[in-house]
Amino acid sequence: MSAPLLSVKDLRVVFSVGGTLSRLRGHVTAIEGVAGVSFDIAKGETFALVGESGSGKTTLARTLNGLQKVASGSIHFDGKDATSMGRAEMKELRRRAPMMFQDPVGSLSPRLDVRALLAEPFRIHGMSDRDLDAEVRRLLTLVGLPVDFASRYPHQLSGGQARRVGVARAVALDPQLIIADEPTAGLDVSVQGEVLNLLNDLRDRLGLSMLIITHNLHVVRQIADRTAVMYLGRFVEMGETEAIFRSPAHPYTAALLSANPEPDPDRVHDRIKLPPEVPSVMARPSGCEFHTRCPFAQDLCRRNAPPLRVNGGHQLTCHFPMNTPAQAGLEQAQ
Amino acid sequence: MSSIRGSRGAEMTMTTDQNTPAPALDIDALSVSFATDGGTLHALKDVSFSVPKGRITGIVGESGCGKSTLINAILGLLADNGEVTGGAIRLGESADITKLTPRQMRDLRGLQISTVFQDPMGALNPVLSVGKQMRDIQYRSNLSKREKDARSVEMLRQVRIPDPEKRLTQYPHEFSGGMKQRVAIAMALMMRPQLLIADEPTTALDATLEVATIELLKELQQEIGCAVLFISHHLGVIAELCDDMIVMYAGEVVEQGSVRQIFRNPSHPYTRALLDCDPARLHERVKHLPTIPGTLPDLRNRPKGCVFQARCALAKPECGQPVTSVEVTPGHIARCIRTNEVTA
Ligand SMILES: Nc1ncnc2c1ncn2[C@@H]1O[C@H](COP(=O)(O)OP(=O)(O)OP(=O)(O)O)[C@@H](O)[C@H]1O
Ligand SMILES: Nc1ncnc2c1ncn2[C@@H]1O[C@H](COP(=O)(O)OP(=O)(O)OP(=O)(O)O)[C@@H](O)[C@H]1O
Ligand code: SF4
Ligand code: SF4
Ligand SMILES: [Mg+2]
Ligand SMILES: [Mg+2]
Repeated sequence: MSAPLLSVKDLRVVFSVGGTLSRLRGHVTAIEGVAGVSFDIAKGETFALVGESGSGKTTLARTLNGLQKVASGSIHFDGKDATSMGRAEMKELRRRAPMMFQDPVGSLSPRLDVRALLAEPFRIHGMSDRDLDAEVRRLLTLVGLPVDFASRYPHQLSGGQARRVGVARAVALDPQLIIADEPTAGLDVSVQGEVLNLLNDLRDRLGLSMLIITHNLHVVRQIADRTAVMYLGRFVEMGETEAIFRSPAHPYTAALLSANPEPDPDRVHDRIKLPPEVPSVMARPSGCEFHTRCPFAQDLCRRNAPPLRVNGGHQLTCHFPMNTPAQAGLEQAQ
Repeated sequence: MSSIRGSRGAEMTMTTDQNTPAPALDIDALSVSFATDGGTLHALKDVSFSVPKGRITGIVGESGCGKSTLINAILGLLADNGEVTGGAIRLGESADITKLTPRQMRDLRGLQISTVFQDPMGALNPVLSVGKQMRDIQYRSNLSKREKDARSVEMLRQVRIPDPEKRLTQYPHEFSGGMKQRVAIAMALMMRPQLLIADEPTTALDATLEVATIELLKELQQEIGCAVLFISHHLGVIAELCDDMIVMYAGEVVEQGSVRQIFRNPSHPYTRALLDCDPARLHERVKHLPTIPGTLPDLRNRPKGCVFQARCALAKPECGQPVTSVEVTPGHIARCIRTNEVTA
């Protein structure tokens, strides 16, 4: 196998919280937003990040883009260590791995028309000498918008059209990896389909890799090759998307998948109910950090953190994985 | 007019007009326009529906079809270039609230209607701690500061914010997207409103929290006895949470009925196409996700007949003439001349 495009090893990101006062009182002053995460993304691969709200997905994405400080661990992009990059190199990394933010409509400056919005990446990266009008036409065509949209302002675009402009900006400078935080939130299912078809199409045509963060599990199943499930800043399960959906091995993954609302008012859900008390990163539970909510928790889970179990491309951290075919061959990693 | 309104939900259609209590919200032939450089944009046209007391009504529709405009019109918060050009909005027994002064509207928003806006980032003030904002919203109560904070903590706990006491001292940027959304929900419910309006309140929540939030909303709605108007693109959430639903297209209500009537028997071609696009219905991975070809019509230049005709597979010449609504079954109404030919 060729070297991965992105390789993240044991990444940790720490926030300091509370003011001087709480520090003096001896309260917790640092929390781990990302607490030791490792994964690779291959060229042309779509990798999805799902998980609990507040589990650190956006923080992880921002860190890959140099927008958040790394506490420890490493990030290699195309073989280069991103944690020790200078400003110029980091700018180059952002060109090659741009991020689509959680709210692209809001991140389009209302004063700029579409032409200026699409020319902006070229200006930021000192490439204004290119034929910008031609670039704008190329990008609009690429994302399936009529070229006369160049003169429109963001408020004159529908939600779906604004996302397309966001995609066009992201692909403007021939990126290798697109980091998309909730790229279809707020879109109706038809426009969502259009945006995902567009991203898939660009991936195939341009050989892009993608890191997609989303809460929409139906979307994940449609576009991601591999999926990681995050809980309290860590990956609790990672593997081929289809395998995870068919037989989730970690109880949190299983609960997540069983919760997914279906468009059928008479559907009787057979859900794995989780108790409402979400633990805090400020006071991490002992042993397995999911034990406070896990319906299958045993004494062992409260005492000891489960080891990382790796089986081929699948990995999880749980003492008692769900009874699945995938479980049979699980081996404990050393 | 009453032919395209009526109460929705098969369970409720037996009562006669006289015995029916006033709905919590009644929208009657509402039209809204925006002045733009390119001419007048007709964002809502002749929108009529009502939200019965104690029930949850969902609204679905294409991005840009006028859902947020509708909410802003109800709240008296249309942008400066926007205007109600016709129709009436009634809250419970009240007279038409589109005629109220800004000051009267503000009181109504504080006391009777609570809203969770589409953008939770915008709903919270970035320079005030969350605790301060939750205390401020209780300005009408006689509780002490400490008691107000206790209520805030209790509300945050109900929407599953971990460590609520510590969280009160934190600022919005220290919360994740989904946490901000839950704070916004907590703040809206603290007011115990008669009508709760929620514009996509669960988009930033993971599935387990989304379901928990839906259940919480249902519980509190029953406890408070309020009506809810709930906007979402997530059809699964609508099916699970709502009693009734409204389908909008290009500023018009094209179909309305109980969720069961509409999911079981979609009777407008747009509704049918929308349900078909839901990836939740796909059991295999597909190369191309289904979409509805074409785009919304130009709202500055609305088509003369049916608004959906340019994209409708069933369209025929008569669709170019004004289209009236048809009652498919009691309480289930679709604005299409070929309703019978739409199959689920
Ligand atoms: N600037 C900050 N200061 C302090 N804490 C922060 C900051 N940004 C994020 N956090 C905390 O880090 C954790 C992870 O937040 P993050 O935004 O990465 O979550 P997320 O997985 O993207 O959630 P969501 O799905 O709700 O968007 C949360 O507990 C959050 O409160
Ligand atoms: N202030 C304004 N000036 C001009 N046009 C506007 C204004 N506000 C909204 N519009 C237009 O009115 C139409 C309805 O917009 P609205 O925001 O109500 O849609 P929506 O259904 O809430 O969409 P979404 O699902 O994307 O949130 C759109 O065509 C929009 O461009
Ligand atoms: S280790 Fe125990 S508590 Fe943790 S997920 Fe597995 S069964 Fe549940
Ligand atoms: S009225 Fe005609 S164009 Fe409109 S939805 Fe019905 S069949 Fe289609
Ligand atoms: Mg996030
Ligand atoms: Mg809206």
